[in-house]
Amino acid sequence: MIRVEALELGYEDRLVLTGLNFQVDRGEFLGILGPNGSGKSTLLNALSGLLPPRKGRIIVKSEPLGGLPSRLRAQILAVVPQSTDVRFPFSCLEIVLMGRYPHRRRLGTLTDADLVWALRSMRRTTTAHLQERPIIEVSGGEGQRVVMARALAQDPEILLLDEATSSLDVRKKLEIFELLKFLSETRGLTVLCAMHDLNLAALYCRRLMFIKHGRVVVDGPTDQVFTPAILEEVYETPMEVVRHPGHQRPYAVMLPLSPGTREDEAAENPLEAVQS
Amino acid sequence: MKESSLPADNLNRTVDLAEARSRHQLGARRFAVALLALSLVLVASVALATGIGRMDVGWGAIAAVVLSKLGFHVGTVDRTTEVVIWGIRLSRVVLSGLVGASLATAGVIFQGLLLNPLADPFTLGVSTGAAFGVALLVMLGVGGSFLGLSPLPLGALAGALGAMAVVMLLSRESGRIRKETLILAGIVVSTFLAALISLIKSLDEESLSAIVFWIMGSFSGRGWIHVGFLLPYLAAGLALGAIYHRELDILALGEEQSHHLGVAVSAVRLKLLLGASLLTAGAVSVSGVIGFVGLVVPHLVRVLAGPSHGRLLALSAATGALILIWADVLARTLLASGQELPVGVVSALLGGPFFFYLLKSRRSRGMW
Repeated sequence: MIRVEALELGYEDRLVLTGLNFQVDRGEFLGILGPNGSGKSTLLNALSGLLPPRKGRIIVKSEPLGGLPSRLRAQILAVVPQSTDVRFPFSCLEIVLMGRYPHRRRLGTLTDADLVWALRSMRRTTTAHLQERPIIEVSGGEGQRVVMARALAQDPEILLLDEATSSLDVRKKLEIFELLKFLSETRGLTVLCAMHDLNLAALYCRRLMFIKHGRVVVDGPTDQVFTPAILEEVYETPMEVVRHPGHQRPYAVMLPLSPGTREDEAAENPLEAVQS
Repeated sequence: MKESSLPADNLNRTVDLAEARSRHQLGARRFAVALLALSLVLVASVALATGIGRMDVGWGAIAAVVLSKLGFHVGTVDRTTEVVIWGIRLSRVVLSGLVGASLATAGVIFQGLLLNPLADPFTLGVSTGAAFGVALLVMLGVGGSFLGLSPLPLGALAGALGAMAVVMLLSRESGRIRKETLILAGIVVSTFLAALISLIKSLDEESLSAIVFWIMGSFSGRGWIHVGFLLPYLAAGLALGAIYHRELDILALGEEQSHHLGVAVSAVRLKLLLGASLLTAGAVSVSGVIGFVGLVVPHLVRVLAGPSHGRLLALSAATGALILIWADVLARTLLASGQELPVGVVSALLGGPFFFYLLKSRRSRGMW
């Protein structure tokens, strides 16, 4: 589905990621993890075609991503971005219907199929009741789910999520991930999500990729790579990984940092430092 | 629908679809009714505005002249009255309507495209750029007609595009156009160009009124030939707006989301900027710089009709026409001495306070 070859990414004068080589197959559920500033968003921006590679190639369905016409690309690839600030008071249904743009003909009227897709996506993300509400008036979490509905209305084969559930409460987070899992298992939707919530990732992603300092640290099946050693290396934080007795999925427990690990401790209280 | 589900659920879905469908149709009907009503008011306004002036012409004469031009001969009207009605008044009313439609449409496109509710041909410096282009051509003495086409609108277009490009360059910061600096840059460019226009005119030893014409805008002495100049520009701009109205909706979500939804952002944005600049250039080349129409009308219509650009464009064009027709009636009748005010003065006097009101009330609703 997606093949990345010798990819190097960056902005004007700053190299962000280098030496990326991986492949994601149809129906995979991949979590992209890493500390702040490790390049997760940069990678997603490149995979969505927003950021052209500095070196290397991104192949989507055996076509170079950059060579795909915009509409065709949007039929294959949908994105739920991190921030979704809308300034104009479109209704939520209008926003979701924009997801049908790559499928609609120019000057064509709204078809039943478009409406069906929009309504189904809204039901799936439990936003059907927001149809008539202006998007600028709904809460952050509701807005995120409306944008998720818009991405699903694109009827994509690949879904890229960048911290797309950050504003959701626990229940809504699980609902969205259950939905993604369902679509990935039964419809063959390929899901790539950049996220911070380790346990959510361990619960739903079948494959995890850890990024740090501009490189992929490790990439493999969740059961094999979700280990204390790897987590501690990536996050520089003491961790324990426990297997839940019920569902048997691993989960991470953070341990408090040992005293003296805060680099700024001495600098924070210069007087004390001098006195002692 | 490929998905299987429980019968009750299926029923619900059918009901939901029917509801959404009927709501959609209701919206479309409301829009059609609003557009029809506006068009009727517009036609009535054209007739009324043609009847207003220093010489009293009478409704019968207006009807007779218009019908005779359409090929129906009903009664006779004396030559002077006919010239006043057809040659002076009606042409001017139609022109002011078309300019109003052009400026309002350009405003809709600029605001949606630049994500800035303060954007309009005037605040972006595009209008003054167009006026500068025309003034330059007039000074160089290339005001005549070439193969039946006046080069003035082309000068206006070059000026409009040039000013647009400079404003975009000035407001660019590390590859992105900053909304906050966009209008500031527009006003800087506009002020600078207005000064250059004054300079050109004083070098050219022309009268002060010519400067005022380009900077404040006026329909004084304009006729059917100017309607002819403007029509292709208005048609091209409106056609572009009609073709790309869905992209305008999506572009209003910002560059990144538009990209994700499959809009070829750079190409579409370039076409729409060109379209809005064409509209501005056409309007300015026949009437000078008229402010506030492009700014206020889209806001007014958006409050009443929602943000969807297909509807916004059509209703704003009609409303812009309506407002400028009456602004021009005021401009030519307000002073008891019979002297004319520049219509730009009237539009600024009407639009300024209204804009202030919008600024105060929209801010609280998160528009900027």
